[in-house]
Amino acid sequence: MGMTITEKILAKSAGKAKVEPGQNVWLNVDVLMTHDVCGPPTIDIWKREFGDRAKIWDKQKLVIFPDHYIFTQNPQANRNVDILRQFASEYNLPNYYDVGTDRYKGVCHIALAEEGYNIPGTVLFGTDSHSCTSGAFGMFSTGVGNTDAAFILGTGKIWEKVPESLKFTFDGELPNYLTAKDLILQVLGDITTDGGTYRALEFNGDAVYSMEMDERMTLTNMAIEAGAMNGIIAADSVTDKYVKERSQKEYEIFQSDNDAVYRSEFHYDTSKMEPLVAKPHSPDNKDTVRNVEGTKLTKCYIGSCTGGKLSDFKSAAKFLFGNEVNVPTFVVPASTYVAQQLEIETISGVSLKSIFENAGCVIAESSCAACLGGPMDTVGRAIDGEVIISTTNRNFPGRMGSKKSEVYLASPLTVAVSALTGVITDPRNFL
Amino acid sequence: MEKIIKGKAFVLGDNIDTDQIIPAEHLVYSLSDPEESKMYGKFALSGVPLIKSGLPDGSKAFIAGDNTESEFSIIIAGSNFGCGSSREHAPFALEKAGVKAIAAESYARIFYRNAVDGGFVIPYESTKKLIDKIKTGDEVEINLNTNHLKNITTGEEFNLNPLGDVLPIIEAGNIFEYARINEMI
Repeated sequence: MGMTITEKILAKSAGKAKVEPGQNVWLNVDVLMTHDVCGPPTIDIWKREFGDRAKIWDKQKLVIFPDHYIFTQNPQANRNVDILRQFASEYNLPNYYDVGTDRYKGVCHIALAEEGYNIPGTVLFGTDSHSCTSGAFGMFSTGVGNTDAAFILGTGKIWEKVPESLKFTFDGELPNYLTAKDLILQVLGDITTDGGTYRALEFNGDAVYSMEMDERMTLTNMAIEAGAMNGIIAADSVTDKYVKERSQKEYEIFQSDNDAVYRSEFHYDTSKMEPLVAKPHSPDNKDTVRNVEGTKLTKCYIGSCTGGKLSDFKSAAKFLFGNEVNVPTFVVPASTYVAQQLEIETISGVSLKSIFENAGCVIAESSCAACLGGPMDTVGRAIDGEVIISTTNRNFPGRMGSKKSEVYLASPLTVAVSALTGVITDPRNFL
Repeated sequence: MEKIIKGKAFVLGDNIDTDQIIPAEHLVYSLSDPEESKMYGKFALSGVPLIKSGLPDGSKAFIAGDNTESEFSIIIAGSNFGCGSSREHAPFALEKAGVKAIAAESYARIFYRNAVDGGFVIPYESTKKLIDKIKTGDEVEINLNTNHLKNITTGEEFNLNPLGDVLPIIEAGNIFEYARINEMI
């Protein structure tokens, strides 16, 4: 009986020849990532538990990105960044990306990819549920809390239950009115918000392998919205090229065996799929854009680790070029690299940044911003009974701020055309 | 470890995510400062929409007025409790509010790990749907020896799934105590 890619990577990390779903194993961690919300309490627990013996197991493997509550006057939020800064300075940490310096990167999951920390075949834990994003690089990555992170910080090890795997195969070409976001909203609608609990979601098929890394990351990023432990896409030449441009590390590429065992398998023909939304108040509340067309909006939002990558802005800019938005529209590049690329990438000689500015969008600085509400002065935060369409990942009550607001999740194409009309609109109307 | 947990029940539905347990704007407070960390108790479950707060009737405040602790020490919930973010502030907030145990149909993985590894609250799985068998305010008792939950108000008894693999961590107090007992650290 063969193994899945997830089982192979976990077996290697646990130093075993073979692992099986349900088995608890102790893993050797390759990267621990934390940020300003969960870093300070992780450090507190590490100091409390290890006391005088507190030692960082491997400074090269600890990566810290302040990214959540950055551009705020909130004194406690700023204190959290101060704690990280002090910690990084006290322990002389090489991989700390401080706010207010040219090292500042923005949203951790995208910065991990850009800075060369995502390496096929490795194991990454992060104090953030969307740490599963890195699985797009053929690696195991998942989120943990502060206590588990403090344990890793001191030992480099953590226990995990080997997950069963679900396999999703997307055949065919991706039509120009669909993005990875539509595909993952389909998956969420099919398996619901707990269909992946303690499981791995493995993505496969021509449509997936035709995607650039940005788009692949949208698939693995939202694995957590199904409750999954991890999302994963085996590395190919596209992955290899991306990684080699950013890292000198040697690595091993793993593939699932032909006789690997899956709990279930799902097949999709992308040519028959439609633009989708997740309606309020759950990422699995799937509907077609057609069915909710005309819903009046108060705000549009393009940003976050899910929908604030360069590929998302390229998609949105195609429709916003030469047009003006009809409702307040926020553009929040996930990372400072993405923000720089908005000035460099052009359509017919006009930079994406100018396209968004000319369309009347508000362009904010790179951070998690209103994807998770945040402090009251967060740019784009949902206020009272707003109706918002967003490229972000989660629309549980209150996620973007006010619990009275209604949030629709959609692709950057759907959000862009909806921004132009002021009501939810199918991108096919503009093609 | 207490083997009998007794208290008033607070009943919630399915998919109570971490933003409902502790809204993101409150994650700025210190978890280690004894005074400041009380804010987590104060805002525990403040993100639950009013009509779903304290079933079956709803509109029940989990935390009364300006209190930082709740009169309810046992949560009864549906499936996928604690889904959403990885914030350990969620089980921490419930503990600060005085919650000792939860009986839910199922949990999201990260919340479950955090509850156990941090030693905040005991996350029991119910073997069947309890949210239409127990009303907010009912007196309930959980017996850790027998894995039973008794609704003292109605006299009904229910089975809970044994804690299994994680029981040694819960008994030790948290993952660090467990690791020390087993000479791993």
